[in-house]
Formats: sequence, structure tokens, C-alpha cells
Amino acid sequence: MSRGDVGFAGTMEAARSKHLVLILAREFASQLSLPVFITDDQGKLVFYNEPAEETLGRTFTEAGEMKAAEWQAIFSVETLDGRPMPLEEMPGGVALLERRPAHRELRITGLDGVRREIAITAFPLLGHERELFGIVTMFWEQA
Amino acid sequence: MRARIWGCRGSLATPGHETLRYGGNTSCVEVRLDDGTPLVLDAGTGIRALGLELVREGVRKIDVLLTHLHLDHIEGLGFFAPVWNPETELHVWGPPSPVRSLDARIGRYFSAPLFPVDLAEIPARLVFHDVPSEPWELGGARLYAEPISHPGPTVGYRIEENGNSMAYIPDHEPALGVALESLSPDWVSGYTVAAGVDALLHDAQYFDEEYSERMGWGHSRLSDAVSFGHVAEVGSLVLFHHDPLHTDDALDDLRGRAHELWRNGGPPPEVACEGMEIVLA
Repeated sequence: MSRGDVGFAGTMEAARSKHLVLILAREFASQLSLPVFITDDQGKLVFYNEPAEETLGRTFTEAGEMKAAEWQAIFSVETLDGRPMPLEEMPGGVALLERRPAHRELRITGLDGVRREIAITAFPLLGHERELFGIVTMFWEQA
Repeated sequence: MRARIWGCRGSLATPGHETLRYGGNTSCVEVRLDDGTPLVLDAGTGIRALGLELVREGVRKIDVLLTHLHLDHIEGLGFFAPVWNPETELHVWGPPSPVRSLDARIGRYFSAPLFPVDLAEIPARLVFHDVPSEPWELGGARLYAEPISHPGPTVGYRIEENGNSMAYIPDHEPALGVALESLSPDWVSGYTVAAGVDALLHDAQYFDEEYSERMGWGHSRLSDAVSFGHVAEVGSLVLFHHDPLHTDDALDDLRGRAHELWRNGGPPPEVACEGMEIVLA
């Protein structure tokens, strides 16, 4: 088998790189002091930056990538009056499902078990012909 | 499959006695598939001499694959002899843009005040294609194009035929803000294009000490080009897109430094020069 065979079989089907838009979003987020959380076009968590680790209670290296249902359950997202918040009401969910920016205040419980009130702004990464590549969510703790 | 380099200078054509050995023409690489089908990678000034060769051969159907539309990658199109022959069928492939079609963007070059002949007046039959997001076939080869890190819509190309493979990523800054070898490969720009290929032609425009003042311009320093070759585990690395300020002697130095950095086994990195042939068989 030549190197070329290995390349396509091993890369195109197994280890295909993320879209450039997500790669650039991660590079951008890595340079910010504002907490940033990035999901792909299916809502799967693919990255959060170091400032977000403090709010979410665990490093991304420890947490790893997670499907949407998984991170929703782990972070116990709820409204400020304590009602569980479905994905479609979360700013990230609005950006994912309706492909528009959204903002809201809500409450989460981090992986360290601490409950925090945070404000969230999310926007969709839309490319050529409005193809969705993912969602960038920025958040900050309420004083 | 074989490739021949007709231009490997970056940014600006650089003729003169200090660039005779590596050449001063901007990016253009001819790829010949096993059945002789020509593919042309980029249309820098190197495409002028290639065009004369294709006319002599009587080639009528040509595919030109543009990585992006910066001037040093398209400025040779108006001087590519086949476009002045009405019997030529020229397929031009390039990255899609969210704003304008490929022909509208190329038409900005083929129009006043930049060029005396409008795109609509070109005699050859021109067919424009946005590159697809999935692999496609041309001749007997499978091609794949993927957006890569460089200002404006830009892609790298992977070409495979009969078990041989090459990748062409002449303008690329994959290590902007990150250390390449600390990332998992799926987070590396251009990885899918280059992974495991027999030969990679890759941007190495700057020496490391030049890079800090040119960061974000879309090009790689030598150590990042070599790291990218390591991450993608390529068979051989050809350093491409030479800075206009780099003389032949400077490029000799670039080669020496690349050999010191290379640790993937196989042949050490080469520095692209006009007339270089890469045979994949």
C-alpha cells in the first residue's frame, strides 16, 4: 500500500480535520480573556478556552468533546428561577436551530458542582451559502 | 503522475541575477497525470512559459486549479497562450466566496484599468467552477480541496492517482497563534489535504527571524512549514513560495536550516526551483 492510499483511507474517512472556520474560531478564542465555548454544526462541544474552564469547573483537556445532550446534562442549565432550560431556549440552541445570534442570562452548575449565574451571547458561524459550521458562545459570570 | 515547477516565487515576480538558480516567476505548477492529462496549479507568471509549451503540444482541454485569487496567483492568466485560442476549453477551479462568483472575481483582473481585454472578450471557452467540498475526479485522478488558513478564501489541493499522491499548499499560515505539534491533527489547518502524501509543496516564505514582523500575512516561517510536514507525516517536503527578498544564496541557507529541523526520516526537505520535476510512481 502506498502512502497515498494510507492518506485517503486514514484521513478522509477517519481523522478529517475540522473546518477552517472552526479552527480559526478556536485560535481566536485561545487568545481571549473572555470565556468562549465552541460547538460544531451538530451542537457537539468541540472546545472551550482557559477562561471558560473557571466557570465550567474543569479543563477542556479533562472534559473533552461532548455531544449536545451530554454537555446539557452535565452543566445542568436552568433559568434564573430554577426551571430546567431546554436547548431551544439557550442562546447556543437558538443560534444552532434558528441560525441567529441570541443573548440570555441563566444559571449553570459547573463540573466542580458550583452553581453560577451567567450571561451568554451566542452567534452562528455561517459561511458560503449560509452553511453552518458551528456556534460560538461567549459568557461571563454575573456579579 | 509527475509535477513540474514553472514558478515558485511568492508575492511578486523577482527576475534578476540573484534569483537565477531558483527562479523569479510566481506560483505555477504543471501536473501530468499518467495518461498525459495536464492540470495546472495556480496561474502566476510561471504559467506564461507553460502556456507556450501546451500550445506546441496542441493541448485543447486544460484545467487550471487556483488556490486563491491574490494577484501573484492569477497575474499570468492573461499571458497564458491557450486562452487566446478559440479552440481551447479552459476549466478554471477556485475557492468559493460568500460574496462574488469566481468569474466575477477573476473578471476584476480582466478589466480596466488593470487589463486591456475584458473577460467576456477572451477567445477560449472558459468554464468556471467553485471547488466542491468533497473529493472529485479529473482525468484518472481524485482531487480534494479544503479551505486553509490564509487571508481571503483560499484552498489547498490534494491529488491522487494510482496510489500516488501530492499536495499543493503554496500560501498557508497554519501556526498562527498556535504551536502546531501541540495540537491533535484534526485541529490543524490543511491536515486532510496533506496527510500522508508522497510529496507536499508548502509555503516557507520566511526565515524564523523574519516572521515576527509578518505574522498574520498568511505565510509560514520555515520551522512551521517543517512542523506541518511532521504533523502530516508527508513522504517529502518541498519548500515553496519564496520571499522576493530571498536571493539564491539565502535559499541555499533555507535548505540547510530545513535539513537541521527535519526529523521524519526519508529524504530531507527540498527547496523548490523552476524546472524541478517531481515524479510520483
